[in-house]
Amino acid sequence: MSAKTLTEKILSRASGKDVSPGDVIEAKVDLVAFHDLTGYHVIEVMEKANMIKVFDKSKLVIAFDHLAPPPDVRSAEIQGYIRKFVKSEGIPNFYDINYGILHEVMIEQYANPGQVILAADSHTTTSGAVGAFAQGMGASDIAAAVITGKTWLVVPQPFKVVLEGKPAKWITGKDVALKLLGDFKADYFNGMTLEIFVKDPLSFPMDYRATVSNMGIEMNADALMFIPDQETKRYIKEMRGYEPELVTPDNGAKYADEYAIQLDKMEPLVAAPHSVDNVKVVNELEGTPVDQVYIGSCTNGRLSDFEIAAKIMKGKKVKSRCIAIPASYRMFKEALERGYIQTLVDAGCIVTYGTCGPCLGGHFGIAGPGENVVSTSSRNFKGRMGSNEAKVYLSGPAVAAISALEGKITDPRVI
Amino acid sequence: MIIEGPVIKFGDKIDTDIIIPARYLKYTDPQYLAQHVMEPLDPEFYKKASKGVIIVAGKVFGMGSSREQAAIALKAAGVKAIVAESFARIFYRNAINNGLPVITLPNSTKEINENSYVKINVETGEILVGNKVLKGKGITGMALEILQAGGIMEYLKKMQTVNRN
Repeated sequence: MSAKTLTEKILSRASGKDVSPGDVIEAKVDLVAFHDLTGYHVIEVMEKANMIKVFDKSKLVIAFDHLAPPPDVRSAEIQGYIRKFVKSEGIPNFYDINYGILHEVMIEQYANPGQVILAADSHTTTSGAVGAFAQGMGASDIAAAVITGKTWLVVPQPFKVVLEGKPAKWITGKDVALKLLGDFKADYFNGMTLEIFVKDPLSFPMDYRATVSNMGIEMNADALMFIPDQETKRYIKEMRGYEPELVTPDNGAKYADEYAIQLDKMEPLVAAPHSVDNVKVVNELEGTPVDQVYIGSCTNGRLSDFEIAAKIMKGKKVKSRCIAIPASYRMFKEALERGYIQTLVDAGCIVTYGTCGPCLGGHFGIAGPGENVVSTSSRNFKGRMGSNEAKVYLSGPAVAAISALEGKITDPRVI
Repeated sequence: MIIEGPVIKFGDKIDTDIIIPARYLKYTDPQYLAQHVMEPLDPEFYKKASKGVIIVAGKVFGMGSSREQAAIALKAAGVKAIVAESFARIFYRNAINNGLPVITLPNSTKEINENSYVKINVETGEILVGNKVLKGKGITGMALEILQAGGIMEYLKKMQTVNRN
């Protein structure tokens, strides 16, 4: 057997045969998940096919996040429909509106290195942060996976990325995600997986990895995985109390290509409207007026994001409207205990937890016509956060926080 | 499987928020979704599509969200097939799973004009435009079986019957 990449290793185990890129395989799935908005569609597909059946209850995770708390009657109805399914099928891994965003739940509690994870949401790639092959799929594909515990896949071509050095000041995971999008554009990694090696594992913590993996879907990659290392071990031990087994690529495994990023030489980046790959260095956009700032989502709603925002906002007042949403109860509580929430509230931000709301233009912060938004979320497509005439700029937490204080896009390096 | 019709053209990176904005996702009724398909770009699209059309587009058609309503809405509005330079993986699967043929053709937006009449062989990927034959990537293997069964759930039902016998 030849030397294998992480992609090939995971998919060989899941399919029970030696796979290569381009092979069409049937793979066993380790975890399947859905949330409220897609979940009712998944259950509806199962009902229509007359196949309400769960392959393994312990391997299905359900979390309410898109419509949490419900902004209207239809949303409440959708959640009620899923609660009924949870009860009738006896699903143990269920998180109602009081826990957090599905992808955050997955990395905090379930995802392990080497697993195959599917969920009815495109940002499922987030679990790649711990080295899982994680893909989003539509309601029908997920319904089939919930019933059978299997799916079909085309084995993607792996591409290697190496992160070198320590991040420069204010540089976090978002800048790395935007750098890859700016350099390669949104279509380059179609049919590929990215496998990211961190040379100095402790210099690029799990929060940053989750942000990069989360945006793997914006690169149109089949999956984006960080090679599990001592940081992966530390994180899972801290979150769940056990040490995971690390699955890593073989020495000499063949990649489509290789690309290195020097973290110490990076500058804060922003994706300008209306495309995730319209990436610019922040000072090119300096002075752009900002009506609303959003710090949160499954992309950037983690503790380090709130730590950075609090550091920048301490003792100051925001000029733009600012909404801040930690991705889970756990994150919220920790941010509360460390005083970050107090600082943000004192600065004039609205803070809550556990909703996807503004990111997808759902609720809790819809952008109006002609407004400019700086958001730490994952997408700035036309109409994404509400009005088709709003403009969304994507950035990391430092650019978002300083821009909220100044009321215009600002380079955090002035601090 | 041969599909034919007039062409409506779009550019690169038609994302799922354009195809069907999030505010409509609380419903799955195809007719309701069809009325809002492509709304941010062209609120009149569903009327134009109702006579049965082929979409021709550029790179990564369907990028973004996993929302299956994107494929459902296009099909219900009258889109018979989509020819694009490339597709986002999730959208591609959703289209097949809902019986909407998707053909990959490099340079599609240069080779095919708006309002041209095209004839597509879904299996071979051959596209007839006037007297020109373009060679796209057709649908084969398991994806074709799913498409022919009328979607993934129909396919699954068929497989379970086969396995039982």
